[in-house]
Amino acid sequence: MTTLPETTGRKLGLVIDLDTCVGCHACAVSCKEWNTGGTGAPLADTDAYGADPSGAWLNRVHTYEVQPQNGPAQMVHFPKSCLHCEDAPCVTVCPTGASYKRVEDGIVLVNEDTCMGCGLCAWACPYGAREMDPVAGVMKKCTLCVDRIYNQNLPEEDRVPACVRACPTGARHFGDLGDPSSDISKLVAERGGYDLMPEQGTKPVNQYLPPRQRDAWASELGGCDSAPFNLADLAEPETADNAGGFLGWLDKALERIG
Amino acid sequence: MHPAPSIVLFTVLTGLGLGQMAWLGLGLGPDEGLFRWLACALALALAGAGGLASTGHLGRRENAWRAFSQWRSSWLSREACLMVAAMAFFGLYAAIWCLGGVRLWGLGLAAAALALATIQATAMIYAQLKAVPRWSVTPTPALFLVTGLTGGLLANGAVSGLVGAGLAGAAVPGWWAALALAVAAGVAVWWQTSAAGAGRASQGSSVESATGLGFMGRVRSFEAPHTGSNYLLREMAFEVGRKRAFELRRLGAVLGYLAPLVLSLAALGLGGWLMVLALVAHVMGMLALRWLFFAEAEHVQALYYGKR
Ligand code: SF4
Ligand code: SF4
Repeated sequence: MTTLPETTGRKLGLVIDLDTCVGCHACAVSCKEWNTGGTGAPLADTDAYGADPSGAWLNRVHTYEVQPQNGPAQMVHFPKSCLHCEDAPCVTVCPTGASYKRVEDGIVLVNEDTCMGCGLCAWACPYGAREMDPVAGVMKKCTLCVDRIYNQNLPEEDRVPACVRACPTGARHFGDLGDPSSDISKLVAERGGYDLMPEQGTKPVNQYLPPRQRDAWASELGGCDSAPFNLADLAEPETADNAGGFLGWLDKALERIG
Repeated sequence: MHPAPSIVLFTVLTGLGLGQMAWLGLGLGPDEGLFRWLACALALALAGAGGLASTGHLGRRENAWRAFSQWRSSWLSREACLMVAAMAFFGLYAAIWCLGGVRLWGLGLAAAALALATIQATAMIYAQLKAVPRWSVTPTPALFLVTGLTGGLLANGAVSGLVGAGLAGAAVPGWWAALALAVAAGVAVWWQTSAAGAGRASQGSSVESATGLGFMGRVRSFEAPHTGSNYLLREMAFEVGRKRAFELRRLGAVLGYLAPLVLSLAALGLGGWLMVLALVAHVMGMLALRWLFFAEAEHVQALYYGKR
């Protein structure tokens, strides 16, 4: 049934730390790997090794340049997948009942057996979190690895979404955002986690932690303003005359031969 | 948004057929024998063809029947249910009218109401999408309803003109058509004016709100997640052809409103067959404008890619 539940028992979701993410795409690759071998249709690619490769992914890492009013621009890597919205517009538009939000944990899923591949849910999602599978013709989206997190066959530490498990920097956190005493909720409160596109009224469960300011002009760092250093000097501190070590030996050896 | 030909055709053709059903159900049109048959058949054929066209873009056609199940929450499902109901009621009404020669006004009224409700549901599929402000903050239902009713009137007029050309005595509803076209053009201008101010920014969406990084400074997409294209870009960042939007809109307005208006007035003096030309021009114009309805609509998710 594509009406939304009034409330859900838990609100499982992800918290993504934009301060920590280094943009390595490990989460996206790991997601693709897990979900292409999962219970549903594989996540197909078309023309994978050709001139126009394309395919269905459930998690994609954007990169933004943020230019402050004063100061150097900062790179922010930005992973994005389904936010498992409380007021999920993708669910209510679905005509077949294939899209639904689970009452017990709030995960938004697609039943591939009943989906007719109309694509309306992808149009309804403001975040671009749903992609049509180019081969199976059914809608694909993040399942929050529902086939991992409750999977008794996996060791305890693997019962988290594949992206969370794969992230080498620990930028992705998984937990119950409906419980204010959970670690993940405390993290959000501590770091000022926020909603994406709050104006869309979707009430996303996933939260993003803001990046800290990383760089400043040298003049603002203090101590360097009088003597701007030469970067080339830092890279090549030794000149031919004073070179020691291997380069010095080489220099002298060549001199002898010459 | 990607203007899939199947959807452009579907919305225009069903609108036309349902508009015809609404007028015929309300009792409009002569009782002339041939008119009854032709008009009813055309209405049902248009609505049916449109319905079939709408399945053209489905990934899993074998599951299409399930679209009748979620009428409680989904406008697309409501549309499917209403469409079948409208065609069934109208089909019965048409059968009794054509074969028995009586117009059961109660049945006709019900068919007309269902036909209008179906057009409304079609419009709501688009008007409900907050992620596409150009559809959701504009009077899209009014646009679709008036377009459907005008097209239906022209189609009935064309049939009656055609029949009248061969058989004497059929009325030429030129005045009606001209009036409807004038109203429809007005609504189209109203929709267009409101759409002009209905960009994504009008609803507070920007790359800053999308990423939440606005507090740090100006945000610009530096690198997309992938080097090739993908479903999201193909469906929701349709940038091709918008360059010629102005010319196409002018063509749509001339073919869709002006030409049929002149032709319907000319039909008053020169003969009903001109209504056929009016209908053809109108449909071509509507196809152009409906194509633009999709092609020009911007989706907020494209903000993540720095695209329109
Ligand atoms: S992020 Fe998109 S797909 Fe996921 S629940 Fe929200 S609206 Fe639906
Ligand atoms: S694509 Fe599938 S899940 Fe999405 S709205 Fe259509 S039927 Fe529902």
